[in-house]
Amino acid sequence: MLAWTIYISFLGVLVLMLLPRDAARAARGVALLTAVAGFAVALFGAMGQATPGEVVTITKTSWIPALGANYHLAADGISLTLVVLTGLAAIAGILFSWNIEKRTKEFFAFYLALIGGVYGVFLSFDLLLLFVFYELTIIPKYFLIARWGSTRKEYGAMKLALYSFVGSHLVLIGLIAAWVVAKGQLGHASLDFTELAQLSFPVAFQKWVFPLVFVGFGILAGLWPFHTWAPTGHVAAPTAGSMLLAGVVMKLGAYGCLRVAMVLFPEGAAFWQIPMAVLAVIGIVYGAGVALVQKDFKFVIGYSSVSHMGFVLLGLATLKAIGLSGAVLQMFSHGIIAGLLFAVVGRMVYDRTHTRDFSDLEGMGLGRLLPFAAVTFVVAGVASMGLPGFSGFVAEFQVLIGAWQAFPTAALLAGVGIVVGVAYTLRAIQKAFYADAAPATAAGHHEHPLDPVSVPEKVAGVLLIGTSLLIGLCPSLLLNWIEPCMQSPMFERLLKGGSL
Amino acid sequence: VNYLQLLQLVAPETIVVMTALLVLAVDLIALREQPAGLRFGLEATITSFGCGAAILLMLSGHDTMDLFNGIFIIDPLTRLVKVALLVLTIFTAVISVEARFTEHVGEFLALILLATVGMMFLVSSEDILMIFISMELLSLSLYVLTAFNKRNIRSSEAALKYFLFGGMAAAFMLFGLSLLYGMTGSTNLGQIAAGLAGRGLDPLLIVAIVTTVVGFGFKVAAVPFHLWAPDAYEGAPTPSAAFIATGSKVASFFIMAKVLAIGYAGAEGRGGWHDLVAGWVPTVAVVAALSMVVGNLTAIAQTSVKRLLAYSAIAHGGYMLLGLVANNTSSRTALLFYVITYAVTTLGAFGVTSVVEGATGSDSIASFAGLSRRAPLLSLCMLVFLLSLGGIPPLAGFLGKFLIFSAAVDAEPAHLGLLWLVILAIAMSAVSFYYYLGVLKSAYVADVGEGAGDIKVSWATQLAIAVLALLVILLGCWPSLLVKPLSLALGGA
Repeated sequence: MLAWTIYISFLGVLVLMLLPRDAARAARGVALLTAVAGFAVALFGAMGQATPGEVVTITKTSWIPALGANYHLAADGISLTLVVLTGLAAIAGILFSWNIEKRTKEFFAFYLALIGGVYGVFLSFDLLLLFVFYELTIIPKYFLIARWGSTRKEYGAMKLALYSFVGSHLVLIGLIAAWVVAKGQLGHASLDFTELAQLSFPVAFQKWVFPLVFVGFGILAGLWPFHTWAPTGHVAAPTAGSMLLAGVVMKLGAYGCLRVAMVLFPEGAAFWQIPMAVLAVIGIVYGAGVALVQKDFKFVIGYSSVSHMGFVLLGLATLKAIGLSGAVLQMFSHGIIAGLLFAVVGRMVYDRTHTRDFSDLEGMGLGRLLPFAAVTFVVAGVASMGLPGFSGFVAEFQVLIGAWQAFPTAALLAGVGIVVGVAYTLRAIQKAFYADAAPATAAGHHEHPLDPVSVPEKVAGVLLIGTSLLIGLCPSLLLNWIEPCMQSPMFERLLKGGSL
Repeated sequence: VNYLQLLQLVAPETIVVMTALLVLAVDLIALREQPAGLRFGLEATITSFGCGAAILLMLSGHDTMDLFNGIFIIDPLTRLVKVALLVLTIFTAVISVEARFTEHVGEFLALILLATVGMMFLVSSEDILMIFISMELLSLSLYVLTAFNKRNIRSSEAALKYFLFGGMAAAFMLFGLSLLYGMTGSTNLGQIAAGLAGRGLDPLLIVAIVTTVVGFGFKVAAVPFHLWAPDAYEGAPTPSAAFIATGSKVASFFIMAKVLAIGYAGAEGRGGWHDLVAGWVPTVAVVAALSMVVGNLTAIAQTSVKRLLAYSAIAHGGYMLLGLVANNTSSRTALLFYVITYAVTTLGAFGVTSVVEGATGSDSIASFAGLSRRAPLLSLCMLVFLLSLGGIPPLAGFLGKFLIFSAAVDAEPAHLGLLWLVILAIAMSAVSFYYYLGVLKSAYVADVGEGAGDIKVSWATQLAIAVLALLVILLGCWPSLLVKPLSLALGGA
């Protein structure tokens, strides 16, 4: 059933392509319908899976016998979590794109193609298939940004596309090498993930292939120092584009790191554990520090994404069950919260004021003019800081516990990152919404009143905040899916720190 | 065999020759006074039917024959490749209908058909004399096709360049082949290999290897024998360029693989990173590496789409040579899959370029601006073609690359010996993405200029291009459609 998340999305693309050129309303309707249907399938499919700790095959047929590639879709608890996240992010992104008037149907066609590819990555249990879906997402990303973006959009789009493409080519090298070695061990060609995960590749081989694949995927996860696409890409992207980039695309990278690099090459992961943790911590602290001094509202969120994704990578680097499950939960949590933050900045503020510069925003008194936006941002900001009661707290807490067990120094430094996170969030809230407005400028703006926040925006905002609260108050909803996975044989060698 | 049997065995080739003559005759007798569009339409239809009949004959044949000691071979493999060549010829003919570069319609199509005959004989032969003769039939037709636009001086310049380079390369190749004959006393590839066995790498053989690689390297536009390609692609009428880039490429790669793998069997050497052993494999490996690097890096700087496609052709030639370097059955399967899908893709890209050139008068990247508005279907097809060339899944180009690269690494699984070449290829393929995306950026992102309306395209051209795009998607999603028959045919050969 879960496979239909993919098919529905691509079906939506087809329907959109067949619509007449200027049918904007119809295009929105089709897109929303598709996303809601995809989410419904994802949610019911996920809840219907009785054993989230195991890999449950959805469909498996031979695809390219010469390579041993199968069309193998399956899901375990980690996939389920991320598939549900994708569904939510898709709906929210469409609601926040309700005001797109320029070539609406093309926008949503690219949008849904991206969503379909993301579903595909999370559900693929064949390496080639996973790679196909992974690369499939690059093209829609590029066009969404280059066509509908702002601020140096063509530069940002090309940078993102090239970074993604270089990353996926690093992965491709590792993939081909692993295929050849596996063929030698198995005696037949295979790209099936469940089969390869049982192999133990030679340790010397893992030592050089692991960093290749990990960095290849990590580029998209915002791994420092390959994160530089993220701020420019996020800022250049249209609102829904940034929401998807931060919400799900960065998760593709982290997911690939975990699912492919770490599970297939556990000894390699153990060997490179310290460098991984170092890069992750630098990402956390550096991202937060840079976010603190930005002049552009959206850059703050862009760098905060790098910082928060650092927690995901730190969680992965712990090689502890609690750290890994924290990392997966953080993927979900960050997907929701970052999406919301970008929505406030891009849709609620920028689309109305046409500026994201703090020095301009300070004079506007947006706290009074756009109370809904202000409240939403405060709530999302608080969630982003990691306040108990929101999903971010549970996730980062688990990551820190795992990090404390593995390398206490890293945990301490990451704690510094959290403190800086509080600082930049408060600074952004203060500057954007609650700076003292000079009466004259405030009056000036009353002559051109800002549009009130529309219904789709409110619905989407409440949806995302509600989800974050729900998971924060009741994390077991997701942890019941994630934690059993860590007990599965697939993660056994990884959690033992390899057999080194 | 008597003459009647002979005629039966070469019936497909005969049909194509007859079609060429028929096209000439119809053009001369009945259509002289008609407008060019009608002539092109009618004669392209005749061409398509002729090729279609030849394809049907080919598909119905099941014989495996070796006529006159390797001069003409009939087996499933050559049949498969010839079907691919004929299909490419049909699409070239359909695409050329739209172009208005000549009044000599009959001659143009007849030359395309004669070149096709040359290719068909080329792929069926394992005799160096026959190979050379069919290669010349093919090349001479292509030279004339390049010069076909008499109103454009660049067309003549391109043809002269192509001709001079080609003549030189043919001389090299003939020299190499004559050495082979001198050393072994045979013109049959299998017997040549048997004669060479045990000789070791003596200087004569080395010269023969090098000159052969030079000769074929010219045909497949590999660096450093590629200099004619960008000028020829740019100057030639677009349908001619498309034909040079596709059909001729398939045939040339096929025969190059055959000559090297069969004729020089035993003189392979090795191409591993720390494991270079002299022979034709390391020679080709160097040419492949150069082609990938030079082709891709030079393509970045191009502003004309046809020149860009030329450099991309050089780069893709490099990837394909990788399939030769690996030198085993699965790599040869991958090579043929790659070159056929590459030809389909490039033909489509040239088709769209031809339409854009017709509408805007230029093939610069800037003239593709707003194509997604002016011709949504063609623009979408161009997206498919260029992304496939760039190696984005699930399109045929990606699968071709994956097959070739994995086969190359798998050639020496113990030491991953050819990994260096594969890493280079993958790095360069990442570079290539940039310039393909540049064209697509123009088509999808740049705004339409003033007064640019919809581009009118005949339904036949649209259909042909759309079918090519569908083929690219189909072969990307179900590569086994082509991989399976290819590996069966190669395994049997």
